[in-house]
Amino acid sequence: MYDTLTAPTDSLSPAAPTRADGEPLWRVFARTLFPFVVVGGIWEVVARLGIFPAQLFPTIEQVAATFVHLTITGILPHHALDTAVRLLAGFALAGVVGVAIGLLMGRSRLAEDILIAPVSIVAPIPGIAYAPLFLLWFGLGNVSAVLLVGFVSAFPIIFNTWTGVKAVKEIWIRSAEAMGADQRRLFVKVILPGALPYILTGLRLGLAQAWRILVGVEMLAAVPWGLGWLIFGAREFLATDVMLAGIVVIAVVGLALEKFVFQRLEAYTVVRWGMMT
Amino acid sequence: MTISPELTRRLVRGSLTLVVLAAIYEAVARAGFFPPALMPPLSVVAGTLYASFADGTMPLHALYTMKRVLIGGSLAVAVGLPLGIAMARFRPVEHFVMPLVSALMPIPSLAWVPVFILWFGLGDTVAIAIVFYAATFPMLLNTWTGVRSVNPLWLRAAGAMGADERALFWKVMIPAASPFIITGMRQAFLRAWIAVVGAEMLAASNWGLGWVIFDAKEFLNTDVMLVSLAVIGAIGLVFERLVFGSLERTTVLRWGMVRATKG
Repeated sequence: MYDTLTAPTDSLSPAAPTRADGEPLWRVFARTLFPFVVVGGIWEVVARLGIFPAQLFPTIEQVAATFVHLTITGILPHHALDTAVRLLAGFALAGVVGVAIGLLMGRSRLAEDILIAPVSIVAPIPGIAYAPLFLLWFGLGNVSAVLLVGFVSAFPIIFNTWTGVKAVKEIWIRSAEAMGADQRRLFVKVILPGALPYILTGLRLGLAQAWRILVGVEMLAAVPWGLGWLIFGAREFLATDVMLAGIVVIAVVGLALEKFVFQRLEAYTVVRWGMMT
Repeated sequence: MTISPELTRRLVRGSLTLVVLAAIYEAVARAGFFPPALMPPLSVVAGTLYASFADGTMPLHALYTMKRVLIGGSLAVAVGLPLGIAMARFRPVEHFVMPLVSALMPIPSLAWVPVFILWFGLGDTVAIAIVFYAATFPMLLNTWTGVRSVNPLWLRAAGAMGADERALFWKVMIPAASPFIITGMRQAFLRAWIAVVGAEMLAASNWGLGWVIFDAKEFLNTDVMLVSLAVIGAIGLVFERLVFGSLERTTVLRWGMVRATKG
């Protein structure tokens, strides 16, 4: 094992643009917007020049119009909602099972020895590779999609929870025992909070993993609704504008997951308890 | 490495678990609760494994997949590495690239597959483009972080000893950032490996490990699926451990940039 290098890349998005000292807010805003204007301008010029067929390379107005149309008719929200429900169901499954297995492996030597072999054989295979197998075993549709998302995102949760429990300082456990904590209180008051930063990291990685895999799974599993299916189905009609509108929603959902779910959760728990800065 | 009783116990329990699991699987498969097409006995899987290697198809599929990963991955390094360095060194570059990266990062690479299919047609290009997309971000962000976290004291010390800009760059900055750069490559490979399998499934092209799995589904060849799953896992693991592990040993560990903790 090497000293771990902390790299920011495993979260869904890197740090948002920050204010330099004394920089007025409007400037931060302007310089954040500027690259999008440039890239958008180049896109628009290329699209209007007609080098590529308009169907394959639509202008931004066209994508925006499609976006608005799909949103008003309720098609896009329906797709997004189905994807979100699937994500939550799969992730909840992974969270419960992953944390349970991780805690078990961290606390019981027997469980650790038994589980480590199958887990370390199954984990390194890219999750999407299991998709056809799940489709054969559980049929096309929602069951396979949710199970696969849960299965795939459980591994980072298992590994991090396990590491977290093992990383709880021996001295904390001993002093709690010396002060007369029983097994239950030891677990709830010492081990769980001690392992929590790791568990949260695991959940965060798991959610990122779930998100990455879900879009692909929706394309393969022939679910009737879902953002992945929306963009994959649009291929048949050469509807690039629909695809790009779908991708915009995917980006927004991804950003929202990071900003509003995990950064908040972290701020409310581990940072406030002083476990992590 | 001496074999401690602890390690022996672990190995014994670990292998015992695997044997028991295999036996249970075999028993269920042979009992015929499920059609053998969906749950082939291990002996059949082993036979398929041998056959697919003996007639050379499996190595060829693996080769195609590797080719896509290597081309896409090299492109990602070629773009991500210089851009990451430029971002860390020049403020305007960082201010320009960072918002774009923040917007693109949360989009899973597989979401681009349908768009790329329309743009590039079915085949190699789609898979390579997806690999490139998936691998560039970890490369870029790790390089950026690495160069930014170079100890300023080292730069000043080297400057005081008369190092010019070029020497400073090659002798101080790059070695100092290398643990991050290698981590970036490792993560880029892992991302690429996931992306290539997905891209091959969706943008069918007759060759490639992802395509094998997907194609096997159509014919209910669960044994072929399990075999290619094993091959995908094995190649991923070999790269992760051997290639990146030895890269780390010959560079950052030898230079003393990262301490190996013996445990």
